[in-house]
Amino acid sequence: MVNTFAYSFLATELNARSGIGSVVERLRTMGLPEARAEEVQIALAEAVNNVVEHAYAGTDPGDVNIRCNLDADQLWINIHDAGLPLPDDKLPEGKPVDLNVPHADLPEGGFGWFLIRELTSDIHYERKSGNNQLSLRFEVSASAPLG
Amino acid sequence: MSLTSTTTGSAQIVTVNAERIDATIAIQFKEDMRNETEGGADRVILDLSEVEFIDSSGLGAIVAAMKQLGSSRKMDLAGLSPMVDKVFRLTRMDTVFDLYASLNEATATSNS
Repeated sequence: MVNTFAYSFLATELNARSGIGSVVERLRTMGLPEARAEEVQIALAEAVNNVVEHAYAGTDPGDVNIRCNLDADQLWINIHDAGLPLPDDKLPEGKPVDLNVPHADLPEGGFGWFLIRELTSDIHYERKSGNNQLSLRFEVSASAPLG
Repeated sequence: MSLTSTTTGSAQIVTVNAERIDATIAIQFKEDMRNETEGGADRVILDLSEVEFIDSSGLGAIVAAMKQLGSSRKMDLAGLSPMVDKVFRLTRMDTVFDLYASLNEATATSNS
């Protein structure tokens, strides 16, 4: 059996916070194990923050549309927005940050895509008809390995 | 954003009275930490017991707050929830900070 639901909100920081909370809560009630729900929350927060901060940067915020497909084995989360494309129309590499530096030079950002890549088992991005379509796949079983 | 601070022994304990450190409050957190820790003890223990969620912006703000202390002072983190702990470990920031499961554990360890 596949459970599907959709959730949309205007791309502001506060809407993103409550919207992500609602989506993850719904996934919990649909049976997503707690440990996995927490990882989904971290990854989803990074992906939606990117839409709020970058895709709709410098313009009035548009909608963020989230669609979830949950079955016994996997969860797909599709995130659509009508904002600016990702740089070069492709997914950032999301390399780990370099921590082998003096404390004064430690990075204060650049963790987002790395976290998304670490927490998902599959990730797709498509720029289509002026929309960004990002799809994240998670294993449902909390014991399945990451990435 | 609310921070409270006490000094015990040789450490200043700064408690974050918020459920989240995320993009909406990251800049404020960094500023509040600067005010709170200015002129304090060499060791700052950031008590995160109330914090349930942190995102990459919040993580960056904690790194920034640590850097603000300068090279002669250090920041340890205590009371990490499972989700906060996960973000620190995934990004390898657990190699930069000393993490303690609870505030009691952090204060019991005097790492000068």
